[in-house]
Amino acid sequence: MDNPGGIAWIITSSALVLFMTPGLALFYGGMVRAKNVLNMLMMSFSAMGVVSVIWVAIGYSLSFGDGGGGFIGDFGWFGLSGLEGEDLLVAMFQLTFAIITPALISGAVAGRMKFKAWLLFITLWSILVYPFVTHWAWAGWIGDMGAIDFAGGLVVHINAGVAALAVVMVLGPRLGFPKTPFRPHSLPLTVIGTGILWFGWFGFNAGSALAADGVAINALISTQVGAGTGILGWFIAELMHDKQSPRRMTMLGAASGAVAGLVAITPAAGFVGPGAAIVFGLVAGYVCYHGVSLKYKFEWDDSLDVIGIHLVGGVVGSVLLGLFADSNVNGTDGLFYGNAVLLWYQIVAIVAVGAFSFVVSWLIAKVVDVTVGLRADADDEARGLDLSLHEERGYVWGTITAERGDQ
Amino acid sequence: MKLIVAYVSNHKFADVETGLLESGVTGMSVSPVRGFGQRHGPVEVYRGREFEADSTPMYRFEVFVSDDELDQTVEALRASAYTGKVGDGKIMVLPVEDVMRIRTGERGMDVIHPPGDGDDGGSA
Repeated sequence: MDNPGGIAWIITSSALVLFMTPGLALFYGGMVRAKNVLNMLMMSFSAMGVVSVIWVAIGYSLSFGDGGGGFIGDFGWFGLSGLEGEDLLVAMFQLTFAIITPALISGAVAGRMKFKAWLLFITLWSILVYPFVTHWAWAGWIGDMGAIDFAGGLVVHINAGVAALAVVMVLGPRLGFPKTPFRPHSLPLTVIGTGILWFGWFGFNAGSALAADGVAINALISTQVGAGTGILGWFIAELMHDKQSPRRMTMLGAASGAVAGLVAITPAAGFVGPGAAIVFGLVAGYVCYHGVSLKYKFEWDDSLDVIGIHLVGGVVGSVLLGLFADSNVNGTDGLFYGNAVLLWYQIVAIVAVGAFSFVVSWLIAKVVDVTVGLRADADDEARGLDLSLHEERGYVWGTITAERGDQ
Repeated sequence: MKLIVAYVSNHKFADVETGLLESGVTGMSVSPVRGFGQRHGPVEVYRGREFEADSTPMYRFEVFVSDDELDQTVEALRASAYTGKVGDGKIMVLPVEDVMRIRTGERGMDVIHPPGDGDDGGSA
């Protein structure tokens, strides 16, 4: 990134990736019940506040600073001191990733977590988990070993998916799970959110080339193909496996499949061509369809399927990358091109990130639980978190009562 | 005087409203309601998980008519709500003791069909 074109592209990409977080809020917001929609939006939105501060203070320095040993960075760029120009731009671009990653976790805890507990959780998580995993993959031992993660399959999706599992285990299920049906209250919101995510993902993946070059162009088209074929993979699964007769394709399935395809192509977008991306999307859509039913087998209430889509999709993408990586695209070969060891590196990376993120996220959730309490009161949960925690309603129907003092 | 109360499926709302107006009624009251009869709500599927709704949205029509108008109104209502499938709904007929227009205090059938054949647009 040593030219105006490259700089302009990364400035643009930073804005694109930031836009994904409100998009994620809508994607999730449509899937919860109407009484919890604002709380759901707030969990994503508040990450833009909390993480911006932590990232500028110490997050970027811990993630990308040279701490020696490849385990964690240092405090050398405290407050982003000493960074300017393109280095400062990379810190901004990476900030948008640091924001959406904890926001992804919010889908698992929908409708039952105290909002203050959420803020404390993402604060601690953004210091104790995210910088470690980021450093390992992009500035430390995992990258040095030889594993690859182009735009955040490990750092963002596997990391958030595993953390979601850990938090859900401490938090417990929503009242009524799994018997009560928790129907999405507004799929059009979810579809708008999916569109924004898809749009922003071009910055996420093609921006991760950190240049306006051929690798960025490859990532751009691979991202598109992965998302599109993700829809088709989910459709195929619905037509093969739905219990209803006749089997039908669903809008929520199309939205979920697109996101699953995007997740799977994330680690690979700059390492595989658009032809291989077809496989990533199809497999991710098909496998994640099954991933979302895991929660009923294990009785985790991963409310909006963060595990089923981000963890499962992230693992699918990172493993397939070990097979399909093509040095003609970006210098690294996978198993199918004669470099079997890449698959091994990918698996080691997945296990290491998964284990670390699970253990530390679980500990953070426990600490938050015993200090401020993780779980909202049962009455508040039943009334809906919008009114009980935020004193707002997502939808005002019928008579609007006069404002106080406005008689 | 009679009160006709009918529960009809959601998608027949416009047909029933038109059918009643064409049969000569001068007013009606319509409320969206939820409920079920012999058949419960349809199955919906979200991410492979099936939901069977306990109740389904429908409309309740209420119409005041004179005894003379009763049969033609009920027939018009039935004809406009009819599809022949389970879930078409129900029509009930209740006796009405009295009706009063709040503005003037008038009572009885004149309130619904004013003298002069409803040229002041009086309605229920």
